[in-house]
Amino acid sequence: MVLVKFTYALKRFFPKLADTKVDGKTISAILQEIEARHPGVTKYVLDDQGRLRQHVNIFIDGVMIKDRTKLTDPFLENSEIYIMQALSGG
Amino acid sequence: MKSTLLLGTRKGLIAYRFQNGKWTMESCSFEGVPISIAYADPRNGTWWACQDHGHWGVKLQRSKDRGKSWEEVTAPAYPEGEEVKDGMPATTRYLWAMAHGGKNYTSRLWIGTDPGGLFVSEDEGNSFQLVESLWQHPTRKEGWFGGGRDLPGIHSIVVDPRNEDHIHIGISCAGVFETTDAGKSWAIRNKGMNADFLPDPTVETGFDPHIVVAAPSNPDMLWQQNHCGIFRSTDAGKNWIDVSEADGPARFGFALAVAGDNPDQAWVAPADSDVNRTAIQSALVICRTDDGGKTWKQLRNGLPQESCFDIVYRHALVNDSNAVVFGTTTGNLFFSPDRGEHWQVINNYLPMIYSVQFAE
Repeated sequence: MVLVKFTYALKRFFPKLADTKVDGKTISAILQEIEARHPGVTKYVLDDQGRLRQHVNIFIDGVMIKDRTKLTDPFLENSEIYIMQALSGG
Repeated sequence: MKSTLLLGTRKGLIAYRFQNGKWTMESCSFEGVPISIAYADPRNGTWWACQDHGHWGVKLQRSKDRGKSWEEVTAPAYPEGEEVKDGMPATTRYLWAMAHGGKNYTSRLWIGTDPGGLFVSEDEGNSFQLVESLWQHPTRKEGWFGGGRDLPGIHSIVVDPRNEDHIHIGISCAGVFETTDAGKSWAIRNKGMNADFLPDPTVETGFDPHIVVAAPSNPDMLWQQNHCGIFRSTDAGKNWIDVSEADGPARFGFALAVAGDNPDQAWVAPADSDVNRTAIQSALVICRTDDGGKTWKQLRNGLPQESCFDIVYRHALVNDSNAVVFGTTTGNLFFSPDRGEHWQVINNYLPMIYSVQFAE
């Protein structure tokens, strides 16, 4: 199982969001599992067409994913996946 | 005068209440979150917050208890595979206009978006559907483009209270479109408009209305503050006439309000040209016409007349009875009890103000 961690910024909208172990074999499958537990959260991470939002990043074991459109980056069975946002604005 | 003001600001939805002869802040919801439109549905008192989270996309919230509690509903989203242009997937980037569907369609709501899609809800906002007829309009992919924003956007939705299937919308940049069948088909209503920024100013679309407003007392009287001046129509948009001042400040700007009781009376908030977009000669001025745009009066009494950089965004100037209120880009909120003859400061220290609405 992979461990999914979230930026604290998302916890403003989903207060129960916590580090979660999930079974998914792809990033998309993982997000679907998270969505089932926290309905609506994927709308914050992905846009209307299922692409990673421009100012959101996903890291797999500390490395930023490359495929922001189809989310096909591979990972290991015990990978740590971190969902965060860019630090910008004012 | 209605006793509530709803503000959409860069840092939250702010409500003011008029009590004991002065405006007092009642609440701030979503502190820190940009609110592109704060909207109160006059049919049922529901408050809506169109949110622009930036990082997390646009979101839509509603409150049935004056902002004490909020419920997130699914924001308008483009169906899978839709494209703004060939090869550019469509995703909702901004909620830029909101209007109720009228007294005969109590569950209907309209939302205009960047990148140019109009959405309708028939279930009180629980879900929104893209209005396909407009999205598939043959002029859209080639004839619409970004103006106020990077991509085309719908910022004006004008529902005719006499026939609520009759609607005008304003698109930057495309122009004014009209439907008489609740969005099944659309006619382009840009006759008489200027688009002097285009190489061919005689085009069918590509005009830049900044805001389109109907006179409540005669909905065939349409006004628009356009990129290229102030225009008025007396025949529901079939023909537009330039009513800008030749030499005075009433020409370029974003906001426009029409008096509720007089279709010939309107206010604009002039800005210094599309090149600068600042207060005119460092002074804030609102202009009012009482004769359908033939003449304009400058209203400055109580407004800053030096060292001022404020301009007024398109949804941030409103009228109700004798009251006029506007909010500025630098967070100043002004109130006039006498149709603009005298102005009072409500607050000098607000965030950038995107929208202002009178509500009960």
